[in-house]
Amino acid sequence: MTRLKFDHVACSRGGRLLFEDLNLTLKAGEAALVTGANGVGKSSLLRLAAGLLEPEDGEILRDGRIALAAEASALDEDEGLFAALAFWARLDGQDDAAVGPALAAMGLAPLRQVPVRLLSTGQRRRATIARVIASAAPIWLLDEPASGLDAASLDALASVMAAHRANGGIILVASHQPLGLEGASEVAL
Amino acid sequence: MNAFAALVRRDLARAFAHGGAWLPLVFYLLVATLFPFAIGPDPALLGKVGGGVLWTAALLAALLPVERLVRPDLAAGIIDQLVVRGQSDEAIAAAKLTAHWLSFGPLLMLATLPAAALLNLDRATVMRLEIGLALGTPGLAALGLAVAALTAGLRGAGALIGLVMLPLAVPLLIFGASPGAGALKLLAATSLMFVAGAPFVAGAALRAGRT
Repeated sequence: MTRLKFDHVACSRGGRLLFEDLNLTLKAGEAALVTGANGVGKSSLLRLAAGLLEPEDGEILRDGRIALAAEASALDEDEGLFAALAFWARLDGQDDAAVGPALAAMGLAPLRQVPVRLLSTGQRRRATIARVIASAAPIWLLDEPASGLDAASLDALASVMAAHRANGGIILVASHQPLGLEGASEVAL
Repeated sequence: MNAFAALVRRDLARAFAHGGAWLPLVFYLLVATLFPFAIGPDPALLGKVGGGVLWTAALLAALLPVERLVRPDLAAGIIDQLVVRGQSDEAIAAAKLTAHWLSFGPLLMLATLPAAALLNLDRATVMRLEIGLALGTPGLAALGLAVAALTAGLRGAGALIGLVMLPLAVPLLIFGASPGAGALKLLAATSLMFVAGAPFVAGAALRAGRT
């Protein structure tokens, strides 16, 4: 059973307490939107969920594989877009065939041979989301997925997120924008 | 293909992508070429100091790729993504160590043949040098990786890398350049110690840097 649970979690960075006593439970098909001003700890919350940071206090339970779209795209600059995504898809135990539909879902299909270093900011963001889609992981952690996206890409993002939830996936997203997540709980930091 | 092999393959491909892996080789040959200009064309003298010269050149050549080993991957979020996928920092470091050695150790051993000819080394010295490099370059690679991981979070770490790594490499230099079977055994032991320890040092450094 896919699940992501924060149990009385506290997070501090550089000796400064960002938040404490945070409780959150996401089950299959659920989503949560993390909101708050810059520097309040949205990205830290996602890094906690991904296991990249240890909580100061409390416990985080993850039932299911995790895919993280952080600020850095983590795609090899010199590789073609398809090859760069296929590297991660293989590490995720997926076939190269998983990459094509993920690229298409984010409107990147025509760019599959283009080296990553030539992509624009918005295209990189979309490529990062395509990496998450291709991973087939049930738990998605998206850090500002909408930054730099145009209207058409925002629609694509909303529809892939809806499809993921319809398939029983979980989404935890930090964003300033509403992103069209219906029925998502809000975590205001 | 398992994750370790995939990582080694990726790092190797990146090392050779811009001809970067050829730089230590060219540097090594260049030092071997410069030395006879500096100390004169006396074949006996060159033959005598040549082994030590090539070891020093190997040490300096091993410094060149160190700055590119960890820092770019850390900045691009590659290491974070590997950790999210359940790879341990030690396993990432071990894969990087393997790829790093493969990208410069064998090339250096190959380049030793023309370099030895430039320095008028006899057959026995060349054999000794090749065996020494085969045993010692994994240790050099391990030191390079550990230092790369330790300095990855620092700005302007380029100069610091040499200052940290070269003193630690002194045992490899001493045992590598001195004659006798005993020295080779000590060289192998030192190298083995570095290779065994480096993934843990580098792994701990990566973990500590993740705040």
